[in-house]
Amino acid sequence: MAEPARRDNRRKRKLTIAKAISEAIAQEMERDSGVFVMGEDIAKLGGVFGNTQGLLDKFGPERVRDTPISETGFISMAVGAAAVGMRPLVELMFVDFFGVCMDAIYNLAAKQAYFSGGHVKCPMVLMTSVGGGYSDAGQHSQCLYGTFAHLPGMKVVIPSNAYDAKGLMTAAIRDDNPVIFMMHKNLQGMGWLGTAPGAIVDVPEDAYEVPLGKADIARPGKDITVVGLGATVHQALDAAETLAKDGIEAEVIDLRSLVPLDREAVLKSVRKTGRLLVVDDDYHSFGVSGEIIATVAEAGITLKSPPKRLAYPDIPIPFARPMEQFALPNAGKVATLIRQMFQE
Amino acid sequence: MYSRMVLSRGYEERLAAAYMEGKTPLFNMANGPLPGEMHLSNGQEPCAVGVCAHLGADDVITATHRPHHIAIAKGVDLQAMTAEIFGKKAGLSGGRGGHMHIFDPKVNFACSGIIAQGMGPAAGAALARKLRGEPGVAVAFIGEGAANQGAFHEVMNIAALWKLPFVCVIEDNAWGVSVAKSQSTAVARNDVRAAAYGIPGVYVPGNDPYAIYAAAGEAIARARAGGGPTLIEIETWRLAGHFMGDVEGYRPAGEKEALFARDPIPAMRQRMIAEKTATAEDVVALEAEAKATLDEVFNFARAAAEPQPEEALEKVFV
Repeated sequence: MAEPARRDNRRKRKLTIAKAISEAIAQEMERDSGVFVMGEDIAKLGGVFGNTQGLLDKFGPERVRDTPISETGFISMAVGAAAVGMRPLVELMFVDFFGVCMDAIYNLAAKQAYFSGGHVKCPMVLMTSVGGGYSDAGQHSQCLYGTFAHLPGMKVVIPSNAYDAKGLMTAAIRDDNPVIFMMHKNLQGMGWLGTAPGAIVDVPEDAYEVPLGKADIARPGKDITVVGLGATVHQALDAAETLAKDGIEAEVIDLRSLVPLDREAVLKSVRKTGRLLVVDDDYHSFGVSGEIIATVAEAGITLKSPPKRLAYPDIPIPFARPMEQFALPNAGKVATLIRQMFQE
Repeated sequence: MYSRMVLSRGYEERLAAAYMEGKTPLFNMANGPLPGEMHLSNGQEPCAVGVCAHLGADDVITATHRPHHIAIAKGVDLQAMTAEIFGKKAGLSGGRGGHMHIFDPKVNFACSGIIAQGMGPAAGAALARKLRGEPGVAVAFIGEGAANQGAFHEVMNIAALWKLPFVCVIEDNAWGVSVAKSQSTAVARNDVRAAAYGIPGVYVPGNDPYAIYAAAGEAIARARAGGGPTLIEIETWRLAGHFMGDVEGYRPAGEKEALFARDPIPAMRQRMIAEKTATAEDVVALEAEAKATLDEVFNFARAAAEPQPEEALEKVFV
């Protein structure tokens, strides 16, 4: 059950997503001795993206374990530990690295409950970082949301801000199913990489849950529904701000999770606005954008203009800045596309 | 040990007969009361019983796509397992898994259809026992072909690094489907790979339940005492094909006959009687007991109800 944060303990305290995540993990480690963390550079370094900062000092090397560079090894070990009652968190440093360990994820973790008739659970969280835009090329910049969400048996969560990150992480650790927790590098709040200002928000000190599978209306509006996740939520919000000056009120929906997917929130919004744009920095074809548009199409909602998507083209992610920026979605492209939709 | 070997052999003889129902004269894997692939373990029973004789219900096992002998030796609920193999609602997972996906958490048994996939879950269970300060070891059974998988190396290294209560048992039946060990593996024996992880490696020749029992006992005792993992390779033999329907054209002429001549079950029976650890009457009684158990188990599984088709949609999440 979700525990609402106590208001009296909600003093002004802006956190980055990284700090919110490490706080959520620490609170769950205090609450439940079965929670432990494994991954590459997660102990002494505190995680390349800061998700496990301070945990080694608090909980020691037994429960906060640096692993060898053996993703198949430690992810499949997490499944085995979860099967006998632990609640492991493991970190796959970049989602792009899933190629060396996907069997442990989609064939093992994701199928354990089903193949055991629900008798063996797999309460584990796989943290990973996603997204590009900083010239790290195509093996360190992908999102792969659709790839993971396509395969049944694992929940897929993508927070867009620190408040959601803490609450979603708390819910993910307490969930009895495997959860893929994807954190966007442009939102993470690392000293060495720019962060969308909207990702750093007030975060209550108390532990609380943001339920998995409930989308957030990041900005209400009546003229068009803009669906995003992770970094694209902020692009949509920036575009909505610009468009408001032209009299177009965009409603921005932050999906928060792909599995479970809050289809009802999207349908409700589109029924109201009659227009739909999906913004996704994952690959264009066979992914999130297509799924959202199909959901609306299947519901038979009459639209005022054809639905559109702004997604990453079906190409590997290039290194050179002009090429990468050309391919990525951004707030300017979102605004332009919406204006075109109103001219159609 | 002998009674479990006899039970396992009898079990697979009945499975094989049931599997062929509806598959003659034209063999079609999709037909009959037992559709899908069927990987039999007859000949490999000594590996299972020699290891499992040292294990209790709290100890964890992960097995392979060829799991029946190990499941039986570990004490998996035989009725529910058989119902699962027949795809029945009363099966261990309600028919969702079949014979390659047998999970019995009461005795901490699991298996999978992916080569070397069980390495990590077993080592992870061993880590959980260590973190909780609980007794219990974990054993991953794999085939000799699995020693060439990345998962094998990754997990052996971590298990040794963290001194986990873990034992890896390689059942070397000499064949990875149709490819001989000599054509797939750069070393003649996989136990030598233990040196790469700084742990003991043991090779047990001859498919001998007594020698397997001794080697496994030492390894499991070391794991229980905090001495870390051991790598054991057992020479065994697969008396059947890779799966039922495999015509085994890759075997050299005469190999099967030679293996049957060294069938470990009659060999153990002779030794027990020669050493007077059992009488001929004891053996007959054990075999009759196995037959009665199997009658009951197979009658249950055949009579059990099919799952409702829509149950396929359940248990994706818990």
